[in-house]
Amino acid sequence: METLVMPAINFAAIMPETILSIVAMVLLLLNVFVPGEQKAYLAYLSLIGIVVAFFSVVSGWNAPLPMQEGFNGSVLQDNFSLFFKAIFLISAGLAVLISDHYMVKEECNYGELYPLILFATAGMMLMASGTDLMTIFLGLEVLSVSLYVLAGYNRSNIKSNEAGLKYFLLGAFSTGFLLYGMALTYGATGTTKIAKIASAAALDATLSSNPMFVVGMLLMAVGFSFKIAAAPFHMWTPDVYEGAPTPMTAFMSAGPKAAGFAAFIRVLMVAMPTLKADWSDLLWILAVLTMTVGNIIALSQNNIKRMLAYSSIAHAGYALVGFTAGNGEGTAGILFYMLSYAFMNIGAFAIIILVGKKGEPNNNVEDYAGFGVKHPVLAMIMALFLFSLAGMPPTAGFVGKFYLFSAALKSGYVWLVVIGVLNSAASCYYYLRVMVYMYMKDPVEEFDWMKLSPAIWASIAISAVGVIVPGIVPSIILQLAQKAILL
Amino acid sequence: MLEKYLILSAILFSIGTLGVLIRRNAIVIFMCVEMMLNAVNLTFIALSKHLGNIDGQVFVFFVMTVAAAEAAVGLALMIAFFKNRESIDVEDINVMKL
Amino acid sequence: MLGAYLPIIVLVTIAILFGLGSLIFSSLIGPKKPSEVKLAPYECGCEPVGSARERFSIKFYIIAMLFILFDIEAVFLYPWAVVFKKFIAAGLGPFILAEMGVFIVILFVGYIYVWKKGALEWE
Repeated sequence: METLVMPAINFAAIMPETILSIVAMVLLLLNVFVPGEQKAYLAYLSLIGIVVAFFSVVSGWNAPLPMQEGFNGSVLQDNFSLFFKAIFLISAGLAVLISDHYMVKEECNYGELYPLILFATAGMMLMASGTDLMTIFLGLEVLSVSLYVLAGYNRSNIKSNEAGLKYFLLGAFSTGFLLYGMALTYGATGTTKIAKIASAAALDATLSSNPMFVVGMLLMAVGFSFKIAAAPFHMWTPDVYEGAPTPMTAFMSAGPKAAGFAAFIRVLMVAMPTLKADWSDLLWILAVLTMTVGNIIALSQNNIKRMLAYSSIAHAGYALVGFTAGNGEGTAGILFYMLSYAFMNIGAFAIIILVGKKGEPNNNVEDYAGFGVKHPVLAMIMALFLFSLAGMPPTAGFVGKFYLFSAALKSGYVWLVVIGVLNSAASCYYYLRVMVYMYMKDPVEEFDWMKLSPAIWASIAISAVGVIVPGIVPSIILQLAQKAILL
Repeated sequence: MLEKYLILSAILFSIGTLGVLIRRNAIVIFMCVEMMLNAVNLTFIALSKHLGNIDGQVFVFFVMTVAAAEAAVGLALMIAFFKNRESIDVEDINVMKL
Repeated sequence: MLGAYLPIIVLVTIAILFGLGSLIFSSLIGPKKPSEVKLAPYECGCEPVGSARERFSIKFYIIAMLFILFDIEAVFLYPWAVVFKKFIAAGLGPFILAEMGVFIVILFVGYIYVWKKGALEWE
């Protein structure tokens, strides 16, 4: 009997994931053992877990290589994944802060929400640090399965049911494509490890014209495009975003989108640089389609959640512009943009939650008429988020877009940048339309929300700071992002 | 020998894909998705045997468990939908429109 | 060489004899008082009346879902059990055992959750 050699494990490489999973399991048990309808304590406990995980992420920054690698090369907690993990934790934390208020209002205050958010976040982290197709797949599924439930969380609401079911059916369908792509890549290279795929492709020049390898890359791109909601794989997004409980829409648009980008970038840039000619053309088309489809359809939307869903498709398109560039600046731009997008989008959704009544009958743009007169402070903050989404200075949205587009220019994609800028200009229309209603129309009805919870205020304040500070002094975040690129 | 398995799994995958696009019952659609996943599993097993490499088989274990978790969540979502709509026909998933 | 298969042959023989024996003996010794209910086909505890194409109670789905989950997770025990002896030989027995312990504990958390939620109660 041959003896086995234990592969290097290194639990430090999955510390944040472990912390979140343990906290999530404890919360799951607390939820069934502690009686009572009051679930806010679960929110605060999960916040503690998120903060502890955040410290573990911070402490891993710039760690030496042996400390980053774990589980026989299946995970790599490098700066790239740490930056993404910070984005996931921030969006999870903000989502937790805005949840309790909403869930009480909509009478679906079951405590499982918080463990599910934490599990989804752990899945995202695994996706970002996975350096084995297996790990990436598992992370993606932990994330997706949690998100299907979160989308359909308000189980007595027909819209939420539909959102969950639709997301589930289309998500599982796209998983099939992703998986088939992984299988073909495995067949072509004989390994599922990202680094080994890259070295196999570098050693064997015929591999880059091997149909199995190329089709594998294409199918994986389809799967990831679905997760980041890139056109033409965006069909699920509007319905799911509109139907899902608003805090979960906010969470979905920030964290999982970034996670999709993390895995997508790592697979294409690290494992398949030999196919760069193929995938940069593909990304070019995806970026143009995604920006244009998202912005044009958003112009005609009246429901504000649906409008932000199309806007989120368009924002994936802007990030794809940076990805198409295929250089370090582009990656740094995506990192910066995903972080600012988490702040501005969750902030905007937090205000939508405050304005929304039970059952969300008043989520249309017209319902914001006179908001600026009745609630000047909130309206001003909402305007800030909308300015940032539209990409106007001095907000983080402007700086992020600037870096993404200049990275693409540097790689010579002039037309792509022109289309991007035109799209960005078109998007101003629908963001400014909300502002026109807020400031230039008379209020139709009262804004009668429940008593403002301090948690929502905290999330709005944090988001506002997260939009303004990187907008004025972008160098702090940008320097971190530049240390986090994959090169 | 490998080609035969790959062709078979490609055919199974295509049947699954077509089923998802054509069928109207949410449970049948999910069964078609499962078929796609199992076609991929067949690909993995065939490749694993061909390459003499265990990674593909390990992958299949994970795909199986993930498929089970998806099935559980999917059935739960369908039950929730059915309670409100008395139907699981995808034509009835239509409250939200463009 | 064939001697290695002897226990299996013995086991199979005993199993066949026991199965056949209990069938034969019960038909020989048992009292026979047939009634309509007793002659009806067995349908796992349900009233065996009406069409078989009726809608099933949603409870079946929940039990089926839970069964699938815990059943499939058990699949990971098999490869672990196959290599466990090799790990003992490599002196890593306690560690590998603890790893599986962690896996089981995680499953058990799910089980406790399901139990306390009342998903295992039929009524």
